[in-house]
Amino acid sequence: MQESTLLREMADNWMLLVMFTLFIGAVLWPFRPGSRKDHEESANIPFLYEDKPAPDYPEGKGEEAAR
Amino acid sequence: MWDTVKLIALAGIVLLAAIAANYARDVPYMVHAIIIMLVAGGMFLYTIRRVGDPKPEPDLGYMDDVIRAGVIATAFWGVVGFLAGVFIAFQLAFPVLNFEWAQGYMNFGRLRPLHTSAVIFAFGGNALICSSFYIVQRTSAARLWGGNLPWFVFWGYNLFIVLAATGYLLGSTQGKEYAEPEWYVDLWLTIVWVAYLLVFLGTIMRRKEKHIYVANWFLLSFIVTVAMLHIVNNLSIPVSIFGSKSVQVFSGVQDAMTQWWYGHNAVGFFLTAGFLGMMYYFVPKQAERPVFSYKLSIIHFWALIFLYIWAGPHHLHYTALPDWASTLGMVFSVVLWMPSWGGMINGLMTLSGAWDKLRTDPIIRMMVVSIGFYGMSTFEGPMMSIKAVNSLSHYTDWTIGHVHSGALGWNGMITFGALYFLVPRLWNRERLYSLAMVNWHFWLATIGIVLYAASMWVTGIMEGLMWREVDAQGFLVNSFADTVAAKFPMYVVRALGGVLYLAGAIIMCYNLWMTIRKAPAKEAEAPAMAPAE
Ligand code: HEM
Ligand code: HEM
Repeated sequence: MQESTLLREMADNWMLLVMFTLFIGAVLWPFRPGSRKDHEESANIPFLYEDKPAPDYPEGKGEEAAR
Repeated sequence: MWDTVKLIALAGIVLLAAIAANYARDVPYMVHAIIIMLVAGGMFLYTIRRVGDPKPEPDLGYMDDVIRAGVIATAFWGVVGFLAGVFIAFQLAFPVLNFEWAQGYMNFGRLRPLHTSAVIFAFGGNALICSSFYIVQRTSAARLWGGNLPWFVFWGYNLFIVLAATGYLLGSTQGKEYAEPEWYVDLWLTIVWVAYLLVFLGTIMRRKEKHIYVANWFLLSFIVTVAMLHIVNNLSIPVSIFGSKSVQVFSGVQDAMTQWWYGHNAVGFFLTAGFLGMMYYFVPKQAERPVFSYKLSIIHFWALIFLYIWAGPHHLHYTALPDWASTLGMVFSVVLWMPSWGGMINGLMTLSGAWDKLRTDPIIRMMVVSIGFYGMSTFEGPMMSIKAVNSLSHYTDWTIGHVHSGALGWNGMITFGALYFLVPRLWNRERLYSLAMVNWHFWLATIGIVLYAASMWVTGIMEGLMWREVDAQGFLVNSFADTVAAKFPMYVVRALGGVLYLAGAIIMCYNLWMTIRKAPAKEAEAPAMAPAE
């Protein structure tokens, strides 16, 4: 099978549906309830560890200490 | 023990390279074998002189020395690439510059791929590698993973560039735009790129921060996609293992489609996604405020990922490609306009509330102009993807103008901004040597881009119209040579624009150099354990 035929198969097949659903899902995901806090935390990451890595805190405690 | 293994491997490489040089079927292959032999031999001597030296204590801070090397390489290759661009621009205006004594080495056809690879892969690639190393460490709060592997990535990548560049001059090319290097150079790049991916992923995996900052998403997608593109587009079978020539596995229109799937996604992931990663880190840092909307940045990311992959066929309108494929490419390209502008707005609005910085901080100004050009070229691109428009713009200088408003404006300016940001921090200086020089650089570069883009629009549309002009009987009015003659003044303007842009870059190099040598060192930090707020 030629590559362009393969592409055609994908374009009008269930692949189209799968990709489209994944895409819509990925776009909607950031609007899930409770995402605001996560996003605020993430947006501030560049301002936290300018000079040196975070010290080895117990699992998951690193970012709290930095904040 | 490790040293012994390394020495044996290096000695083996020297031997094999010497054998390859001896049996070489063509000159570029022989030159490359000799380069590899010398490099491996040099490393052998370097290693053997250090056998048994006490190992330095493992460092726990950020790994910044490799980033410093990357910054220097970026500035160096930038000047080389711009110089090559200026020279070929003058060659197009004044063909005598294709010197008789240098035929076959320094004529336009040999230097053009040298220019494109030097600016995209050497300048852009080194900028991406070193800034991604900087960003991933700072946003993961962890040291780079892999011990000395980042150094292997840096030197390996630059060896790739030297092999590619010497190959073009000597005529080793597989004739695929932006993928010219021959099979063994491609194999080497694959190894280096996998190492790059490992370093990047390894650092993310050992991060001390819960979230993965969005810049890293863009950078990771750039690394992964480029690996995939590179491998698929370079599937080829060498004619002999002792020669540089190889034969592509795909042929005809399948090969064309693969090539522009590669070509467009090289633009989409190398020149766009990677540099967006830089934007999402350096712009907030320089503006000292978080990105305008983190949600928007995530949507920007997913939309680019899903859409870019399908846009490639817009490079093949009105060719042997099936009609439906080029329509598909057109539709996806037009849709791509939206997320691109979403990203642009996100970058620009990060400055909201700090607009006064535009007046006082030339570095921010550079970044803003860069984002502006990102917006401009991602508007122009979708427009050129529309078949009716493309029938005018294709094969003309309009495409060249589009390329350079993206490349000089977006990629160049954001990289300059990043270099100005990085150098004082990496060399522990309080500030840059001279902000006035940054200002000069800013204006030289901006005026250079305007001259370049404007002259290319004029010649592009002019030659497009001249080519399709027919008289009452339906005969073409203009010969090809007529269009070439008509373009001359615009070619001179473009070349002068290039001179300005190059001059700005040289001023930048001087400024950065003096920053390292002369600017006052940063005062000792306050005690490290003081709380951040
Ligand atoms: C001083 C600045 C520059 C000058 C004077 C310049 C000049 C040129 C010239 C004369 C060409 C050949 C055009 C033709 O064949 O008609 C060209 C092609 C190209 N340049 Fe530049 N260039 C410069 C900077 C850059 C930069 C910074 C980039 C990328 C980051 C870049 C990317 C390219 C690409 C991709 C092409 C091939 C375009 C195509 O095939 O459509 N250039 N450049
Ligand atoms: C939404 C985004 C974009 C779209 C839809 C788009 C579309 C196009 C189109 C239609 C062409 C002309 C193809 C032809 O007629 O041969 C083109 C060429 C090109 N564009 Fe874009 N463009 C976009 C953004 C960019 C950006 C941001 C850059 C650079 C940073 C860029 C770099 C290039 C290059 C290098 C070429 C020349 C390829 C060649 O060698 O022929 N594009 N683009």
